[in-house]
Amino acid sequence: MSAATANSVAGTLAHTELVVDGLRCASCIAKLEHGLAAQGVGVARVNFTTKRLQIAHAPGLATDAIIGAVKRLGFEAHVLADAAPTGSESKRLAQALAVASFAAMNVMLLSVSVWSGADGATRTLFHWLSALIALPAIAYAGRPFFVSAWRALRQGRTNMDVPISIGVALTCAMSLYETVTGGPHAYFDGAIMLLAFLLGGRLLDSVMRQRAQDAVTSLLRKLPDDVRVLGPEGEIRSMPVAAIVPGMRVLVPAGDRIGVDGIVEAGTSDVDRSIVTGESVPEPVTIGGTVLAGTFNLTSPLTIIATAAASDTVIADIARLMAAAGQHKSRYVRIADRASRLYAPAVHLLAALSLAGWLIAGAGWHQALLIAVAVLIITCPCALGLAVPVAQVVASGALMRRGVLVRDGAALEKLAAADTVLLDKTGTVTLGQLVPMAGVPETPRERSILLALALATRHPHARAIAAMLEAEGVRPATASDLHEVVGSGVEGEFDRDVARLGRQAWTAPRDRTQCTDAVTTCFAIGDGSVHNIRFADAPRPDAIEATARLKTLGLDVQFLSGDSWTVVEPLARQLGIFARAHLSPADKHEAVQRLERAGKRVLMVGDGVNDGPALKAASVGMSPATASDVGRQAADILFFGERLMPVPIAVAAARRTMRVVRQNFALAIGYNLLAVPLAIAGQVTPLVAALAMSCSSILVVVNALRLRRAAR
Amino acid sequence: MSVVAVLIPIALLLGLLGLAAFLWASSSGQFDDLDGAALRILIDDGPQAGQRDE
Repeated sequence: MSAATANSVAGTLAHTELVVDGLRCASCIAKLEHGLAAQGVGVARVNFTTKRLQIAHAPGLATDAIIGAVKRLGFEAHVLADAAPTGSESKRLAQALAVASFAAMNVMLLSVSVWSGADGATRTLFHWLSALIALPAIAYAGRPFFVSAWRALRQGRTNMDVPISIGVALTCAMSLYETVTGGPHAYFDGAIMLLAFLLGGRLLDSVMRQRAQDAVTSLLRKLPDDVRVLGPEGEIRSMPVAAIVPGMRVLVPAGDRIGVDGIVEAGTSDVDRSIVTGESVPEPVTIGGTVLAGTFNLTSPLTIIATAAASDTVIADIARLMAAAGQHKSRYVRIADRASRLYAPAVHLLAALSLAGWLIAGAGWHQALLIAVAVLIITCPCALGLAVPVAQVVASGALMRRGVLVRDGAALEKLAAADTVLLDKTGTVTLGQLVPMAGVPETPRERSILLALALATRHPHARAIAAMLEAEGVRPATASDLHEVVGSGVEGEFDRDVARLGRQAWTAPRDRTQCTDAVTTCFAIGDGSVHNIRFADAPRPDAIEATARLKTLGLDVQFLSGDSWTVVEPLARQLGIFARAHLSPADKHEAVQRLERAGKRVLMVGDGVNDGPALKAASVGMSPATASDVGRQAADILFFGERLMPVPIAVAAARRTMRVVRQNFALAIGYNLLAVPLAIAGQVTPLVAALAMSCSSILVVVNALRLRRAAR
Repeated sequence: MSVVAVLIPIALLLGLLGLAAFLWASSSGQFDDLDGAALRILIDDGPQAGQRDE
């Protein structure tokens, strides 16, 4: 604790915020906070809700050192991809809501006494008190609406906030006039209640968006943006990717992401290209072979001659394609905005007409204005403002419990309208991980030796073996000499027997059997029998049921894959759906666009970087949470876990949500149809207006609560 | 009616106290980590917080 304490005394602490994976319980919090303090890193504070870690540390300490310290404690930390402060909007709305509710309750108490017969001096006193409470509260709590309305008016548009602001302002002015002249009606209660209800709707909306956003930013990892460049005199420098020009020689250690497109100058290795092609089988590369930026170098170090500047790499092309797709995204209008576009002018018109009508009919200015205000108040879209956010919040809460994360409420509306589903193969219908299918040895001794070897390397085959054996409770054997032979495999000595795991030519040179294709790894102990372990990318366990359910939902399901036809065909046959194989990212994007142009609403489900442009171009995109950063960024909805069922569940839930939203609109409009004629006729007392307004709002909320079990 | 003159200020004052308490709690970060707060009660701290490592 030495350095950190010394610095906190001096008051010159730097602050770093990290996202931490693997926080599960109270002891994780304690372990992380106490562990970092014990290592002398600094004072750490975990936010369990957002899975963030805030550290106050010595200014000289590099972020990498902190991440290393967190890793030693058994957690994975990464830098926030987007360091924007979150939660300030929800906080402001919550405070405004608190002020508005406080004022509404107190004004209501006073109003009830007025309604129940107070008059004369008492009534005037109560009106003054109401004004004293309500006016400052409205000035404070109404700001979100006034600001938004003013912004819309300045641009010559109108939105839902304009009638609200006009209604509230006019009501306050009228009520103040009534109060000053000792009149019988003051509407402060109506105005402040209206604000409180509307703020409730806004708060729900904002909380939902923020929760989804937090979850997404914590998923995003910052890609390494430095590469190691070999200078002409053999010196090694760290350079930002953006500064790379073609012809530079770049060193890529095993287990690192390759930063540039290039040609291999020295070294032999396996490259995991799944991020670009979707192909999960590692591809061997040797001198003269080409590698792409963003792919992973798996087995041994490579020296690469860059062939393209950072802005010309394949990854950069995909990013450009995605940006273009985002701009061309169909002109989608949220249902609430569509409603308000019709509703706001109608409300203004009605209020103006009733004012004119009563004036023509011979009423005084005072009475006519009062009636116009009553119309504005009673039509104020209280229930209408709640109709959409409440339904969306309840539905996405239900979906979140089933492992589906909705990033934006509009995604549910778009999902409900989808009629075509395009599925990517690797990582979406399949798990995107290789699983040993056959050839794993049976005897306990062989298994424990195999596990010991598999744990010694980062190759995906070995990791798949290790994951499978560890899940079965096998314990690794102790090796006397365990080392990785670059480009070939791992070797170890167990009780004077040499065991090898790796390429066939190296593991068992005398054995010339079928151990040749890329999805096989060999394992041999001493001169004993050779095990050919075969791998395959297993489909998600419920892929067949999930596609069947998508079809029963009336959706047209198709496959879009970057893999070769031989890999795609058996799976497509198994699922019974139309498939297209061997597509480039641009082909996928094309396919989506053609369907969209033909008037289809496409739901694209994909995970890789190669799916990014298609996810953006589709009406709505879904991605597994294990997807690449690009896939997760591009998708509107993410799903967790090993199952594909969340896709049809989300579609069904979205349709239920939209049904409830439409019912809510019907309820709100029905209430208006009933109440507005009464208000225009001048028959609505403040009591009736307040009761009707509350009832319609509560009805809408209760109706939305039925969505709690929507995710089935 | 003199009762009203006493009761209304008292009612308002109590309400304002509650409102002030909420605003203070909200701005001082009491609601920032609701799930974490529920778990922290289980952390077994010694007399000096931050010194123990299990």
